[in-house]
Amino acid sequence: MEVITRGAVIPEPGNSVENKTGTWRVFKPIIHYEKCIRCLICWQFCPEPAILKIDDEKVKKETPAPKEPLKRLPVVEIDYDYCKGCGICYNECPVNAIEFVKEEK
Amino acid sequence: MSENYENMEFFAPGHGMCAGCAAPIIVRWILKLAGPNTIVTNATGCLEVVTTAYPRTSWRVPWLHIAFENAAAAAAGVEAATRAKGEKLNIIAFGGDGGTVDIGFQALSGMVERGHNVLYILYDNEAYMNTGIQRSGATPWGAWTTTSKVGNANPIGKMRPKKPIAKILAAHDIPYAATANPAFFQDFKKKVKKALSIEGPKFLHVLSSCTTGWRHDPSKTIEILRLATDTGLFPLYEIENGDFENMRITYKPKKFKPVEEYLKMQGRFRHLFKNPEYVKKLQRDVDEWWAKYGKYYCP
Ligand SMILES: Cc1ncc(C[n+]2csc(CCOP(=O)(O)OP(=O)(O)O)c2C)c(N)n1
Ligand code: SF4
Ligand code: SF4
Ligand code: SF4
Ligand SMILES: [Mg+2]
Repeated sequence: MEVITRGAVIPEPGNSVENKTGTWRVFKPIIHYEKCIRCLICWQFCPEPAILKIDDEKVKKETPAPKEPLKRLPVVEIDYDYCKGCGICYNECPVNAIEFVKEEK
Repeated sequence: MSENYENMEFFAPGHGMCAGCAAPIIVRWILKLAGPNTIVTNATGCLEVVTTAYPRTSWRVPWLHIAFENAAAAAAGVEAATRAKGEKLNIIAFGGDGGTVDIGFQALSGMVERGHNVLYILYDNEAYMNTGIQRSGATPWGAWTTTSKVGNANPIGKMRPKKPIAKILAAHDIPYAATANPAFFQDFKKKVKKALSIEGPKFLHVLSSCTTGWRHDPSKTIEILRLATDTGLFPLYEIENGDFENMRITYKPKKFKPVEEYLKMQGRFRHLFKNPEYVKKLQRDVDEWWAKYGKYYCP
């Protein structure tokens, strides 16, 4: 049981991460890396945020990309724990690298 | 130079905003641009309620829940306290349109008149959404809401135009008042950064679509917001020190889209298509606005 804090203060910043709002999802975005030009537009507009920007050298090199030089850029990755399936990323991706499919329950 | 926190998230996932709501996009980026040395006051409304369902919060900066009408007054108090302690922080108040243009207006007007060093952000979803889509002073002409219902007695919906709140704030002669739209991302970022860099009261009116109240497909959030400005309905401008003569329109569509393109994507405007005069009236309003103010376009 949680105890109500004085003044209803929440001492732990950002603890809403405990709410796995990905369970809301009806449609699911899937990134096809062989098409993704790493423009970060999906990351920019995700309202949750449920798109991570990964700047790790190994991930950047090992993730497929449509052109070799793009592998210098950070990679986007969807965090399905929080993605509510709004489809903004799918709608805004300039190269249609994101597929939007019915979630299987 | 100030540090860049764009790769950090000060707004955590797990909040309860509807899928596709634009408000968290706006908040997420304002916090990234402001960084960790920030205190937020937040009027009640969707943003406040669903980001802080006790005992959890999505905020990673100090944040105060404020009543519906006084986010600006509380921000003024926080600012005065930090000033007394010799601390230099960003004090940001967030309010919805109801909490800003209607019930919170007096507190806002007073805060800017007293000259507090506060950035006030209006995220404008054009109705009282959190209590079930009631019309506000920011609801546009022709929009259906639950208190501007559409039927035989009233085929239009809201019969009054939107309150020009950025101009009203500018008329307080404050250092900075502007409109912004997250779909025009560079313009939006530039205005937030500019506002944060200015000492004194700053006001930013940001358009924020609401999937539930505007009745639109959640994936179309940014597309609809883009159309709001590309049709000319929601112009992007800034006014410094109340100098209306030197008002700057910061974006002008190369070719204006017809207002229908914006209206047809949203259920709240569906009834307007029953009578071609209604759509024409809105197009006329837009054309008149640009005929009058278009000369202030200054990229
Ligand atoms: C004095 C007072 N009146 C009414 C309410 C109920 N109330 C809570 S949120 C809200 C609507 C908020 O509308 P807006 O400011 O536009 O924010 P939105 O929910 O649309 O984001 C209302 C009427 C309240 N909390 N306090
Ligand atoms: S579908 Fe929506 S919530 Fe999910 S990753 Fe895309 S933008 Fe984010
Ligand atoms: S918007 Fe598309 S191309 Fe750009 S980073 Fe996202 S998935 Fe890749
Ligand atoms: S009701 Fe509208 S403003 Fe409120 S969370 Fe849902 S989409 Fe956002
Ligand atoms: Mg509102």
